[in-house]
Amino acid sequence: MTDPDVIIIGAGHNAMVCAGYLAQKGRSVLIIEQSNHCGGLASTREFFPGFKASVAHTIQNFSSKVIDDLSLTKHGLDLSQYPLQTIGLSRDGECIRLDSSKDQPRVSGLDGKDEEAYAGYMARMQTFADMLKPFWLKTIPRIGSANLQDMTTFLALAVKLRLLGKDEMGEFMRIATLPIRDLMDENFESDLLKAVLSWDGLLGSKMAPRSPNATVLSVLYKMAEKDAGAPKIPVSGIDGLVTALYKSARSSGVEFKLGQPVSRVLMDAGDHGVKAVGVVLADGDVIHARKIVSGVDPKQTFIDLVGVENLEIGFTNRINRLRCDGYVAKLHLALDSLPVFAGLDSPLGRLILVSNMDSIEFAYDDAKYGEFSDRPVMELILPTLCNPDMAPEGKHILSGHVMYIPHQIKGGWTEEAHDRLYQNLIELLEHYAPGIREQIIFGELLTPKDLEHQYNLTGGHWHHAEMAIDQMFMMRPTYEAAQYSTPISGLFLCGAGCHPGGGLSGAPGHNAAIEILRTEQ
Amino acid sequence: MMRSSSIKAGPDHVDFKEVLAPTPFQDRVDSYSLTQDWASWNGYKTAKTYDTLASEYFAIRSTCGVMDLTPMEKYRVGGPDALHFLNRLVTRDISGLQPNRVTYVVWCNDEGKVLDDGTIFSLGGGEYRLCSQHHQLDWLLISSLGFDVTIEEETHSIAALAVQGPTSYSVLSAAGIQELNGLKPFGMINARVNGIECMVSRTGFTGDLGYEIWIDPSNASAIWDAIFALKEQGLFDIRPTGLGALEMVRIEAGFILPGDDFNTAETAIRADHDRSPYELGLGWLVNLQKCYFTGKRALFAEFARPIRRKLVRLSIEGNKPPKDAFLYDRKGGGRIGTIKSCVWSPILKTNVSMADIEYDKGAPPKQIWAEIYYQKELEWRATWAQCRLSIKPFWVHQRSSATPPQKY
Ligand SMILES: Cc1cc2nc3c(=O)[nH]c(=O)nc-3n(C[C@H](O)[C@H](O)[C@H](O)COP(=O)(O)OP(=O)(O)OC[C@H]3O[C@@H](n4cnc5c(N)ncnc54)[C@H](O)[C@@H]3O)c2cc1C
Repeated sequence: MTDPDVIIIGAGHNAMVCAGYLAQKGRSVLIIEQSNHCGGLASTREFFPGFKASVAHTIQNFSSKVIDDLSLTKHGLDLSQYPLQTIGLSRDGECIRLDSSKDQPRVSGLDGKDEEAYAGYMARMQTFADMLKPFWLKTIPRIGSANLQDMTTFLALAVKLRLLGKDEMGEFMRIATLPIRDLMDENFESDLLKAVLSWDGLLGSKMAPRSPNATVLSVLYKMAEKDAGAPKIPVSGIDGLVTALYKSARSSGVEFKLGQPVSRVLMDAGDHGVKAVGVVLADGDVIHARKIVSGVDPKQTFIDLVGVENLEIGFTNRINRLRCDGYVAKLHLALDSLPVFAGLDSPLGRLILVSNMDSIEFAYDDAKYGEFSDRPVMELILPTLCNPDMAPEGKHILSGHVMYIPHQIKGGWTEEAHDRLYQNLIELLEHYAPGIREQIIFGELLTPKDLEHQYNLTGGHWHHAEMAIDQMFMMRPTYEAAQYSTPISGLFLCGAGCHPGGGLSGAPGHNAAIEILRTEQ
Repeated sequence: MMRSSSIKAGPDHVDFKEVLAPTPFQDRVDSYSLTQDWASWNGYKTAKTYDTLASEYFAIRSTCGVMDLTPMEKYRVGGPDALHFLNRLVTRDISGLQPNRVTYVVWCNDEGKVLDDGTIFSLGGGEYRLCSQHHQLDWLLISSLGFDVTIEEETHSIAALAVQGPTSYSVLSAAGIQELNGLKPFGMINARVNGIECMVSRTGFTGDLGYEIWIDPSNASAIWDAIFALKEQGLFDIRPTGLGALEMVRIEAGFILPGDDFNTAETAIRADHDRSPYELGLGWLVNLQKCYFTGKRALFAEFARPIRRKLVRLSIEGNKPPKDAFLYDRKGGGRIGTIKSCVWSPILKTNVSMADIEYDKGAPPKQIWAEIYYQKELEWRATWAQCRLSIKPFWVHQRSSATPPQKY
């Protein structure tokens, strides 16, 4: 085999996006993945005989540009299903439904005042989301760069901001880093509505409604794509996305090597410092390439795969200090039959089990001090309602994202702690869907610690590294590695740890490919 | 303790409220101090002078000066990765450093700007001592991530005494250290003085023949007494010397002082106010062939460009030491730099200084002039003095490297 031009480490969705773009431009690309399947956190696996699930269970902001450029529709991605309704359920039986689709965002189950406020709120947020949209698919330049293209990016942002008009621009600046709770309090009366609307800003982060930081930006990020970030499931499930990405990459000539962990990046010490020239596999095999791209999280990429001895001290320190502790646990239940949720005709939709803003904040408070709450907050879907073949006929699965479950807890994740959390969750579900306990054939709880092991992912973090303002834009994951290139020549990043961050968006992979091609000019 | 001349204030003045730590030599230092003129050195109470600056200066240059070095920051580095760790830290390649040898090093941040300078002692058995001007524990700990090393600050647990000057060899030999005759510069040995175990290195900050003695703090007074006993016996003129004399001899010897001659990268706030090894005239400490070290990328790039400025040694005509003077490319011309530290050198009979000057396309200015302000009968006057670049240290003496040194 001749050496490929580019090796990409990991076959997460971003890696496949990046590979697709590079291969389209004639680069020979080899993806090396440690596990036996593609897709990383989006991969679908059988967690119990006959029952399948993927860690990421819906798509909220996958880039439509990537879909077009990589002809994903042609390769089988079908996103024609109507977005899921978001259904907020409080402990005492209150229920609201959100249709956040762009033309006519609607909320039902509330009084008229909030309904009206909701439409206004969504319209304004959509303006901001549209304004920011181009920047998620762009390299955010290094501060101090005098490069023309970089200046243009900054200029474009300034112009976009200005075009909002003076008042709106001021408003955007004001709310961008506001605690999302303040934004909610300014707009709405219903505590349940506030909690449900905050959810997308919080999910995956170590932040709660009262945290000033990037929660509002996260909402705007999700709203940038179609249907204002309403969750979707492809016709053939999340696997439909992964398979389409795989097929698209293969059709452009991308090679895959599965089941082969990369143990380190091969370095060559040149005059300028060190250069990445290949990878060493766990079995000792060496493969050379002109460029190495890592879809693995930044901390592992640098500390484990590159090795600190090849990195400068200050940079190593910044990487080591990246906040990567995951706060979302994953619950998969194999169910004998469809559970019945009190007050719902059908559990079709994304169910968010939060009572109010405080219930989120309090769950976070426990997590802050290294515990998990007795009353976790969660979102869940029943993927089998959209893709019946994820379970044997007539059977169902429940897929839940549970917040705030720390990667590290006091006393460690003992079997007892694990079990206690699982029982908590079943009790919580039993409250909302009485009888569900008896319907469970098998249950799997993946704490961030489990996700870390299973997916080889630092901290088991949703975004590979916390989406906080100091770890975003030209600081994501940290300066000197924020433009997809790294201090190591020949080494690039393409995963969720890069701008614009995690979630199934394809954006980091897209941006990385553009940047890699740019460096060749 | 309050200074006797308490009317003098200013940056040199130690605030009486500042609580300075005693070094293990404090009893002896106190009893020898006639001036009670103290300074803070890394938080330790340190003598600026004991008696007169001139007598202390000349002790170092013509007989033997003894100085309490304990406040120097000292770190013990051990563990399987110790050498690897140090070699990534410093710009020099120290992989060939043999046990019982010492080497002078600088280390930089990622941008290739100097954080501090110091010496590394190879203690044998894979153990090292790193001595530095400023506190470096934070940086060392940060640097240790991913390395199997132990780092221990031993500033407070190792006492150090410098014995410097032409007769220092004779003094220490008379004190009972026999093995010194074969000890070359930057070498070290383990020895005994009156039964006290000590480590002796042939190192110093004076540019002269000299040694440094490293001991357990509990033996500090005993070592001091063993040395000064020779003076009591009338064998040698041995004097304790303070920071004032050290400042004179170190400038004569061309040694830079981080924090005085340049802003260390950690303390520099404004862009361009930190310095690379090249800009400090320490390019010889940078080994760009070395596989890897922190700052290499930046230094490699800098090396390829013409140097923009440099910390240089300047001798300045006349007898008025131009402290804090601006430098110009001709009398009344364009400003090209400043004097960083300057002393009148009694032995060379000229002003010697460290100066930060701009280079033009990699070349030093053709002429350098200092504008010197001075007071005469309470009236300020200005005068111009021509400065001369000195490539070599102002003061070099073959005795500093002769092995064995001459005996007196
Ligand atoms: C619990 C949870 C739920 C989530 N739910 C959603 C959701 O519903 N919707 C959504 O949009 N996003 C969701 N996310 C976020 C989203 O899944 C991730 O941000 C996204 O999948 C990251 O994609 P990636 O390609 O950057 O990296 P990953 O998917 O993490 O891929 C990295 C790949 O690298 C491989 N790898 C690691 N180390 C090595 C090695 N040494 N050698 C070779 N290969 C290696 C891994 O096996 C993996 O395949 C969720 C995240 C979590 C943790």
